[in-house]
Amino acid sequence: MTRNEIKDLILEIIKDIDEDAEFDGLDPDKPLRDQLDLDSMDFLDIVMELRKRHGLLLPEDEYPELATLSSCVNYLEPKLADK
Amino acid sequence: MSNLPNHQRIVITGVGLTSPNASNLLEFRKKLLAGQSEITTVKPRYMDPAPAGICTFDETRYRKKKENKRGTRAGCISVYCANEAINDANIDFSEYDRAKTGVYIGLTEHGSVETENEVYNISNFDYNTDYWTHHHNPRTVLNNPAGEVTMNLGITGPHYSVGAACAAGNAAIIQGVQMLRLGEVDLALCGGISECVGSFGIFASFKAQGALAEHEDPKKASRPFDRDRNGIVISEGGCIYVLERLDKALERGATIYAEIAGYAMNSDAKDFVLPYGPRQAECVELALERAGMQPQDVTIINTHATGTKQGDVEECKALRQVFSDCPDTYINNTKSHIGHAMGAAGVLELAGNLPSFTDNMVHPTINLDNLDPACALPNIVANLPKQLDNVDVILNNSFGMLGINSVVIVSKYRK
Repeated sequence: MTRNEIKDLILEIIKDIDEDAEFDGLDPDKPLRDQLDLDSMDFLDIVMELRKRHGLLLPEDEYPELATLSSCVNYLEPKLADK
Repeated sequence: MSNLPNHQRIVITGVGLTSPNASNLLEFRKKLLAGQSEITTVKPRYMDPAPAGICTFDETRYRKKKENKRGTRAGCISVYCANEAINDANIDFSEYDRAKTGVYIGLTEHGSVETENEVYNISNFDYNTDYWTHHHNPRTVLNNPAGEVTMNLGITGPHYSVGAACAAGNAAIIQGVQMLRLGEVDLALCGGISECVGSFGIFASFKAQGALAEHEDPKKASRPFDRDRNGIVISEGGCIYVLERLDKALERGATIYAEIAGYAMNSDAKDFVLPYGPRQAECVELALERAGMQPQDVTIINTHATGTKQGDVEECKALRQVFSDCPDTYINNTKSHIGHAMGAAGVLELAGNLPSFTDNMVHPTINLDNLDPACALPNIVANLPKQLDNVDVILNNSFGMLGINSVVIVSKYRK
């Protein structure tokens, strides 16, 4: 997957969690939690969806890598390179 | 009239509900008087379609889609009913403290829907439990529906579920009354909820028991007391009442639907599923005694009868025993309209009858084409509503598996 496709994947998963989420003006370098109505349970949903959709088993101590949209893309790019 | 002091008299001042034919009391009453069933069919997972009652309330009136997705169907129904009840009672929490408000929700069962969904989910991943959702526990803890209400309304008093099979709605009312009388809370939101149309296991279990209704027209499938009845129509639904002490209700000028005049619960101590008329009769007699009433004082008996062969007959035996000499007592059944809403049944059915105190009508039992001789009680109001001169007292039966019986008696409020 390309970096853009990974970004779209994350936004698509967030949209599944919260249909009302608005991405206009979303700063990719600021924490998603500060900009969207997301809590720790929602981040576990993101982890689960990555597992279900792409078989990614992310170690728990690496969950903080999903904090911002940019960090998601950076972290997932090598893992999804051949997906 | 009650002999209790006003601070021990408990009254209903708000009703919030969703049933398979209505999303508020006014609409519900209108449909019941018109005999308008909206029972449809659902296709439970792995099974053929079956008659069922589905609610179509505005799910996002009181919380966001995201919160509905996070929570359970039972929680969604509870939040709707609780908000409707609070609004109906004109409670804005300026006169009541959220910390002294209790939420008591009656449930027949809870967690079947979520568990079945998750087992189905992991079946798509070779039953690897790494794919089991982290939402499972918060969704299936037994206090879930009541807890979702407290989070939505910011209520910080106690909340819990009352598990009492299909007597649970009545049991939750009783819990609310007791907590108010004990002074544990000043305001009680209590009622019952059911999400069970989402569980194939509940349909399959009734079917295996020979107790799942079948009819080519789903609207005619729920037919208590009828010779051709063949089982239960499973429905979802919910009803939550605002209960408060009479002195406070009068002080704030609340509209009073009814006063809780008496109640009782007991146990058959006999069988897992089969009901037992003699113990039901004892429960009715105990409730009357506590209300300080004679059987002749009851204007309307709202029956529990679910449309099963034996259950209906047992309840009729109990009523025949207690109300043998009551020519002015009328009998009806709400499940014939809305199916069996399990944990919500008792409270929904009582709600459907509360307007009788103002319109003096008895809503009919519908689908009663050929009265079963074993159910031939006098004064069953069949197929058309009955106009009376006055309705003073309503007795509400609600019984459940494992032999749990409950009776709540409400009376028209009089000073």
